[in-house]
This record gives sequence, structure tokens and C-alpha cells, in this order.
Amino acid sequence: MGKARLDLKVPTRDFDVEVALDVGAETVALVGPSGAGKTTVLRAIAGLAQPTSRLVAANGDVWFDSDRGIDRRPEERAVGYVFQEYALFPHLSVERNVAFAGGDPGDLLERLGIGELAKAKPPELSGGERQRVALARALARRPEILLLDEPMAALDPHTRGRVRVELRTLLQELGLPSILVTHDFVDAAALADRIAVLVGGRIVQTGTAEELIASPATPFVAELAGGNLLTGQARVRVDGLTEVVLDGGLTVVSTDEADGPVGVIVHPWDISIALAETGDSAQNHLRAPIESIVPVGNRRRVRVGPLTAEVTAASAERLHLKAGEIVVATFKATATRLTPLA
Amino acid sequence: MSRIAFAAMTAVAAAVAFAFLLLPLVAIFLRVPVSELFDQLGNQVFQDALVVSIKTSVIAHVAVLLFGTPTAYLLARKRFFGRGALITLIELPLVLPPAVAGIALLAAFGRLGLLGDELNALGISIGFTQTAVVLAVAFVESPFYVRGAIAAFEGVDPDLIAAARTLGAGPWRVFGRVAVPLAAGGLGAASALALARGLGEFGATLIFAGSLQGVTQTLPLAIYAQLDENFDVALAISALFILVGAAILIGLKVFTWARLGSISRFRLVTSTSR
Repeated sequence: MGKARLDLKVPTRDFDVEVALDVGAETVALVGPSGAGKTTVLRAIAGLAQPTSRLVAANGDVWFDSDRGIDRRPEERAVGYVFQEYALFPHLSVERNVAFAGGDPGDLLERLGIGELAKAKPPELSGGERQRVALARALARRPEILLLDEPMAALDPHTRGRVRVELRTLLQELGLPSILVTHDFVDAAALADRIAVLVGGRIVQTGTAEELIASPATPFVAELAGGNLLTGQARVRVDGLTEVVLDGGLTVVSTDEADGPVGVIVHPWDISIALAETGDSAQNHLRAPIESIVPVGNRRRVRVGPLTAEVTAASAERLHLKAGEIVVATFKATATRLTPLA
Repeated sequence: MSRIAFAAMTAVAAAVAFAFLLLPLVAIFLRVPVSELFDQLGNQVFQDALVVSIKTSVIAHVAVLLFGTPTAYLLARKRFFGRGALITLIELPLVLPPAVAGIALLAAFGRLGLLGDELNALGISIGFTQTAVVLAVAFVESPFYVRGAIAAFEGVDPDLIAAARTLGAGPWRVFGRVAVPLAAGGLGAASALALARGLGEFGATLIFAGSLQGVTQTLPLAIYAQLDENFDVALAISALFILVGAAILIGLKVFTWARLGSISRFRLVTSTSR
């Protein structure tokens, strides 16, 4: 399938946004604080913002090349752009929104499960429905690359989980190079194959969610990456606690109530490391070898199985922690948060 | 105590203001009974003026829409050096006395004006023809339309324009399928105000086009011409203007109210902070 290349320098009011990124048939999330230049990157790819250099190419098709003086107009770039808050045409019905790019909207509406909304106007739709219309409209363009600007931001908290799963499934089925902008690390971890952290117009680190948590390049990435996200199936036990069987086979106990597919979020600083299992009050103990130890300021990020724990440098020293050594990672059921994934 | 005094003061001020504004309007309808008033509309002077007014207003208005709409779109969408100066220039006729507009038009298109020799050579004489009426009306009403149209286009969410472009729409389609339909409410309101202003145009027309019955004498000029000859005709035309003006205003209010209703419904559903 397709492949997109960007090597961009885009001047903005405060700083130059400089981003180099190769995107295969995968979803890359651009994560960062607001004002970091995330949307500017998308706009430059679509031709809506003017880079000074250097290259935007999708599937071998060069859209912008400052060396060769190529700069195609937005309407000449096969880009599927899902705008923040979706930018649906309020005066056109759902099917005419989708047909705006040309072609018969019928199949796309059916594929996204909004066939019965064909005659409705966007103001009458819910957030989740509008997201699907925006996706259908972007796909009607037959894009070489899919750009999604904060696709989850306009959704109610209680529909986020379900919409997140639908969107992840769709992105995987499409197999298009996709770039997703979000300020929410959990959304990025759930939706994207890789995450690029953008701060002040520069990418400070690229990697999977697990890599960013285990070995953050800067304290900022460590803070942004926040909690470990483990996925699994939840069910409420007779004692009132929720038991989550992780996709890897392990079991986690949580005080949050949930049922069905969930993400378990547990922060590295809520996980302690011991050399042997001790009789404490914590519900969750995981015995596994240390995969890596990465310094972050005066702390150490210790990767144990699917988890990353954070301990002080002094503790790591005192316990003589080193890679390969078998340790026990411990966290309390109260330290976990469950987010529905369906 | 002071509270009551203040309430009394505003009540008195409002009563005086309304009385002052309403009395002349009411007087027109009280002076002659309504039935007799409209008998006057069979008068030849009135009928000639009505034809001249409708013909010149329609032509001028169509020209203002055709040239003003793209101009407003350009000024609303593009940021360039001198944009503010251009907008000020377009607004200038708003603050000019119409008589000055008439003199200015004479100086440009009159027989002895700037383009007079060129127009003479082509065998075209504009002054004191219906063409002159059309020019005068267009000159005076265009700022009303262009100002409102700029505001209407600026009110269109730039993301919707950007979305249309990423969906493959070239500039004509963006303009015709997205920008104009979404600005339609504001464009309609600006158009109605400009049309009303054009119908009432007096000073510039009198100076640039004169007041020849059946040729350049529009309804407002006919009022002036009939003032001494047949005051009842002047009254009847004035009454007609009041009714048409009131109809336009009420129409605008109802339209804006209906539109605001649908927009606020839209906002309620979509609003989230950016």
C-alpha cells in the first residue's frame, strides 16, 4: 500500500515547525501540547499552510518540493482531511456532503453504518455520527493519505470508548498512511501504531506508546506519556472488584467498575519494584525480568513485562537493579483506571 | 426615589422620540384618507416615475450584485497590503452627501467630464439619460451592499472553505457551492438594504441625471416635482414608500429571526471549545 514522506519547515507566528516523517501503511499520532504546531503539519501536507521547504510526497506523487518549485494546490492533492469538529457543510445533507468530492456516496455511507442518515443535515447529528460522516467524506476523495485533526475532541466522554474502537478498526482496515493529531496520549496509544511527540515545532521522540513510557527522551515526554495502557477483558467479581484478563494472559485487579473490552491505565510512579514478593496490601503483583532501565532526571524508568515502573535513582541503586534480573512489580487496585474500549 | 425619577426620565425621553419619529409618518396617512390616497396613483406622473424607478433600480441592483459579490468575497478572504484602504474607499460614498456623488459622477462621465471626450467619440452621452440614473443609483447603493457582503463572507467558517478545497473543489465551486450558500443570509440582508437605499436615491440622480418625466424622473424626484403642482400625488408616493420600506424591514427582521433560530440550534449541537 501507500507510503508518505514529509520533510517540512513551516514558519508560524511563534516559531518554525520542522518535521521529518516517513509514514507507511500505518497510523502515526502527532501528540503534543496545544500550540506545538500539530495542526500546522496537517495543513502543510494538505496545502493549506505554506512551507518554506522541503518535500511532501504521497505514494510517489510529489505534492510539494521547494527544490523543484512544485507546490500543488489543496484541490490537487489526494488527501482525506478530517477537520477538528469535522467542518461538515451545514447546508448540505449527509449524502451531499459525502458526494461533494464526487462519486456515489452510497457504498461509503453503508460501510460506515450511516446509510439511514443520508438525508439528514449535519446539525441534527450526534458527535459520533458526525465523525463518521467526516470520515466518509474524506474517504470519498480516494485519498493517498488520511489526516485526522483531534478526531475525538468533539465527542462526549461516554461515547469516546466506542468511537475509539470503531476508528481504530477502520484505520487498520484502510491500510492508508494516516496521521492523527491529538493532545490525549490515551487516544494516541489506542489509535496509532507509532507516536511522534511534537513540542515547540520539533519532534522530540518517535516510538510506540510502550517505548515512550519505558524510555522517554525527555522529562516532558515522560509526563505526557503518563500511564501504562494495558488492554484486556474486564468482568466484575463477586467481591465488587473488577478483574481484567490482559491480552497477554496476565490478570489485573481494579477498583474501577467495567465490563467487556477495556484499557487499564496505571501510572509508572504508582508501581513499586521489589526483589521478592512481600506480604503487602496491594492486589497486583507481576514477577518478570527487567527489560530496560532508563534514567529520567533523578528517577529511573524500569520496564518489567508489559509495565513500566518509575523509581528513584537511589532506590534503583540500593536494590542493584539491572536488566535481566527478575523482580516483582507491585501496584494497588486503587491505582488503576479503566477506560472502556467498546 | 431617584429610581422612580430615572424611570420617568427614560419614559419621557422615549415618548418624545417616538412621537417625533412617528408623527410625520402618521400625518401622511391622516392628511388624505387612504382610499383617496391610492386614487392618486392613477396619475400619469406617478406611473411614469414608477416605471423609471423600477427599471433603473433593477438594472443598477443587478450590476451591484454582479460586481459587488466577488469584490466582497475577495476583500473578505484575502489579506493583502492596502486592503484596509480599499475597504475605506468603498465605504466613502456612505458618508458623502448624495449631491457630492452627483457632482463626482458628472465630473467623471458628464459631457465635459474626465471620460467625456472618449464617450463623445463613441457617440455615447450619459448625462441626463436613464444610464445616468442607473450609474447614480449604483454608486450610492453599492457601499451598503459590499459592506454587508464582506461581513457575510467573513462569517463563513474558514475550515469549511478549507474542507471544500481538500475535497477537490476549485475556486468556482468553493464560491458557488460553499461560500455563497453559507453567506446567503447576510448577502440577502445587505441586498435588501442596498435596494431600498437605491430606490430612495434623490440628490445624485437630480444632479447627474436631471428630472425629466418618463426618462430620468424616479419616484423620489417625482415627489419633489409634484410638491407645488399636486401635493396629493406627492403624499401618495410618500405613503407608498413608507409601506414598501416597512415591508422590507419587517421581512428582514422575520428572516434574520428565522435564520438566527436555525443557527443557534446548530451551535448548540456543535459547540465545543477549540
